[in-house]
Amino acid sequence: MSLRPPVSGKDHIEGNEKAMIELVEYGDYQCPHCGKAYPIVKKLQQLLGDQLKFVFRNFPLVKIHEAAMIAAAATEAAALQGKYWEMHDIIFENQEFLDPDSIFDYAGRVGLDMKKFEEDMERRELMEKVETDFESGIYSGVNATPTFFINGEKYNNGWEADRMFDFIKATYPEAVK
Amino acid sequence: MLSNGTKAPDFSLFATPDQRISLEEFRGKRVILAFYPADWSPVCGDQMALYNEMLKYFHKHNAELVGISVDGKWCHMAFSQERKLHFPLLADFEPKGAVANLYQVYDEKIGECRRALYVLDEEGIIRWSYLSPVGMNPGADGIMDALEEMNSVQSNLSV
Repeated sequence: MSLRPPVSGKDHIEGNEKAMIELVEYGDYQCPHCGKAYPIVKKLQQLLGDQLKFVFRNFPLVKIHEAAMIAAAATEAAALQGKYWEMHDIIFENQEFLDPDSIFDYAGRVGLDMKKFEEDMERRELMEKVETDFESGIYSGVNATPTFFINGEKYNNGWEADRMFDFIKATYPEAVK
Repeated sequence: MLSNGTKAPDFSLFATPDQRISLEEFRGKRVILAFYPADWSPVCGDQMALYNEMLKYFHKHNAELVGISVDGKWCHMAFSQERKLHFPLLADFEPKGAVANLYQVYDEKIGECRRALYVLDEEGIIRWSYLSPVGMNPGADGIMDALEEMNSVQSNLSV
């Protein structure tokens, strides 16, 4: 199953845009499994360095995770101030506290202009962006969170511990020095 | 599985402890029949919870979703409340698996429905189906593709 649509300028990209390995995660900020995957992705980024670009797309399961949408919207609001990844990180690092007060606290801690952040959080386009991500996840065959795509193809072999790194090493040996 | 173009067999099953739903009631709407093995599979990756999040996108295509398993109506009620599901779960409970059998997706060895999907059009004709490998949540990309394909056939006919 392939990623639909492919990664584009509309996505948030971390790392070398021309990297050999493209890792896309569909995730939910309140999903405990995504919380467990967070340090695993960080480690992968460290191990692969310039050979990896990482993209996060929102797939909030709002009926079971009531704070997932506000958390996702907060990262999009942070993106408007060029601090998407800072917000992404601080939210996953504090996943157990996603009430509005905590989210605003994180916004302050990553150095956002709070007045602008507050205004932006009211904007419909942020939620629409999150929903566009979600819809693309449906078409891409996302069936759980997190779901990963490596170089455009759905990755089904388990992401725990070093399994993604081992897969990349076996499939793209040139990417691993 | 029943093939595309055949009429979906009608049925009437309990959706709540005191209410039955029959397939005929959906005439004029598209119907997604999602047969699944059992209520209470693990959270987050659960197929029904996932589809619950996607209802809006199914509704955009005039499609209603129905889940079917051999669990009883009280079990369905508890499961549905706990997961806050906004679509009916039908109890293929007595005679056990009869409807799954009609749709050729009953696993007699374990006494559960297989994980299988049917998409029916407004007239109750089967337009698409899919049998998922054991233990694999099929997601919804196949359903969405089938619904869009049906849209494009319709718009070609109306030209």
